[in-house]
Amino acid sequence: MATLIIIIVDGFVFAAILFLLSVGLTLIFGVLRILNIAHGGVYALGAYMGTFLALKSLDLGWHPYLTYLMLLAGALITGLLAGPLIERLFLRRVYGQAEAIQLLLTFAILLILDDLIKLIWGTTPMLVSKPSTLLGQVSIGGISYTWYHFLLIAVSVVFGGALVWLVRGTRFGKIMVAVISDREVSQAVGINVNRIYTVSFTLGALCAALGGAAIAPTIAVAPGFAVEVVVQSFAVIAIGGMGSLEGAALGALFIGLARALAIHLWPEFELVVIYLIMLIVLMVKPEGLFGAVEVRRI
Amino acid sequence: MTQRVSLAGLIAAGLFVIAPLIVPGWVLFLLTVALAKFMVVLAVALFLRGGLVTFGHALFYAVGAYTAGFGSKWFGVHEALLLVPVGVLLGALVAALMGLFMARYRGVFFSMLNLALSMILYAILLKFYWITGGTDGISVRTPTLLGFVPPRDAIRLVYYYFTLVLAGAVTYAVQRFLASPLGFFLKALADNEIRIEYSGASVQRVIYATYVLSGALGGLGGVLAAFTVGHIVPEYAFWLQSGEFVFIALLGGYGSVPGPLIGAIAFEFIRTYANKYAPYAWQMTLGMIMLLIILLQPGGLWAMYEGVAARLRRRAEGVSHA
Repeated sequence: MATLIIIIVDGFVFAAILFLLSVGLTLIFGVLRILNIAHGGVYALGAYMGTFLALKSLDLGWHPYLTYLMLLAGALITGLLAGPLIERLFLRRVYGQAEAIQLLLTFAILLILDDLIKLIWGTTPMLVSKPSTLLGQVSIGGISYTWYHFLLIAVSVVFGGALVWLVRGTRFGKIMVAVISDREVSQAVGINVNRIYTVSFTLGALCAALGGAAIAPTIAVAPGFAVEVVVQSFAVIAIGGMGSLEGAALGALFIGLARALAIHLWPEFELVVIYLIMLIVLMVKPEGLFGAVEVRRI
Repeated sequence: MTQRVSLAGLIAAGLFVIAPLIVPGWVLFLLTVALAKFMVVLAVALFLRGGLVTFGHALFYAVGAYTAGFGSKWFGVHEALLLVPVGVLLGALVAALMGLFMARYRGVFFSMLNLALSMILYAILLKFYWITGGTDGISVRTPTLLGFVPPRDAIRLVYYYFTLVLAGAVTYAVQRFLASPLGFFLKALADNEIRIEYSGASVQRVIYATYVLSGALGGLGGVLAAFTVGHIVPEYAFWLQSGEFVFIALLGGYGSVPGPLIGAIAFEFIRTYANKYAPYAWQMTLGMIMLLIILLQPGGLWAMYEGVAARLRRRAEGVSHA
């Protein structure tokens, strides 16, 4: 029973972070039709920037509660800088080119970001645990959890809700859907498609950075965790259906719980389990749980 | 035209044969490694031709390398003429199994599934350390050729030529593959998949055949790399290794067979100098070069060479270049 509770809580925590990440990836894929491999790099950059700012603020003797603000600032700085920069400088040049070229371009950016982090912050792991310990702990079924874990889940749910509202309930969302369904017609009716692309990509990057900054206080940030995260969030959106917000939520829950289960029952192979689930889902339902079957173009 | 190409090919082959007389030992070592990697890169380039990116071909490279490693560690087999075919067969066998599944996917799915499978192998190599040696890896003893151990000071030379001969065979085989109907369909795959089916061929079969071939090439490259380097680690299956192969294909140019070869050699030199001058920015160096190629010279080094060669030819023929 105790193990079950641990697995469920851990699963939801994993799912919360995975959701933040994947919803950004799926958003970018939905609008730009590019699988952004550099997403993991932005996530890692967000984690480092948040940790760095939070540690700095503690060094300066600021009030510990300000570390939350610092984490948020780190995510915002990363997302708002990296997003437009990557989109404007690089991605813009390969729209409409072969899918292989687009993949390779984002892969190149991932390589650069991964090293950029090492050059700026070095290779020793960094940890700011203050935001996590500050909120105290709560005991569930005899196991104590920090409240921060639940804050993570709450942030993820609120953010996901806001995103759904943005896409479904606002003018911007309607324009975005128009661009997704037909780029040329959207342009013809006077939509600034380039701007929608930049904004959507930045929004996606912001999701990744936020995910990174949010998870940072619970783990020591170390170089090299960018790639695993890309594969995991790809698994999430592949399971849920590429480009679907609900799919990302469901996929994240699925993968999060599976990972928690694997960590407790079969710790050596947590990654293998995720990949296996992805393989099985893609075998049974290649378009994902929420994905639409794509009409093949002749 | 064909005559000119084969002449350039002959000159290149000649240079490779006499290379040991000209270059110092460390360059010979680099060349041997480059030739081994060239085979895997050729496999990756085949898919790039068909518009598919694989971020997982290090898997087959590792299968080949660990064939040599396990042969050495567990079975006491050191015979190169035995380990090489076994590595190729195992690579092809694994590819034949994975291909059943993989041939159904295109685009990002193909890329990410390949990546996922190679990372599974990486995890296995890492975690079953009592069999695979874990992060310490396995030392591969210098293999014997037909039962003979080459004399100590000639080992490098012998295995350089050994690898060179195999690289020649691989070049020939892949050329033949590309000139076959399957090869043409593979190229057409990047343009329009449905028209291939309208012309009566099966796209899945084209991808499957390429996949098996690529597995065999990966296995071969892996065995030879293990022989040359003499030590193998789980990183042989890591995503960065797969990325490296894709990078080399892009650097040399994946539209031709010489492209990957030039790319592989250029890559080994870039790495040697990058290690010396910018040891902490290796991935960044790779990424930057990749960006430059994608944005400025999508055909890679080979296209650059062809552009220069065409200009020279025009000049020689007295046609003014606009």
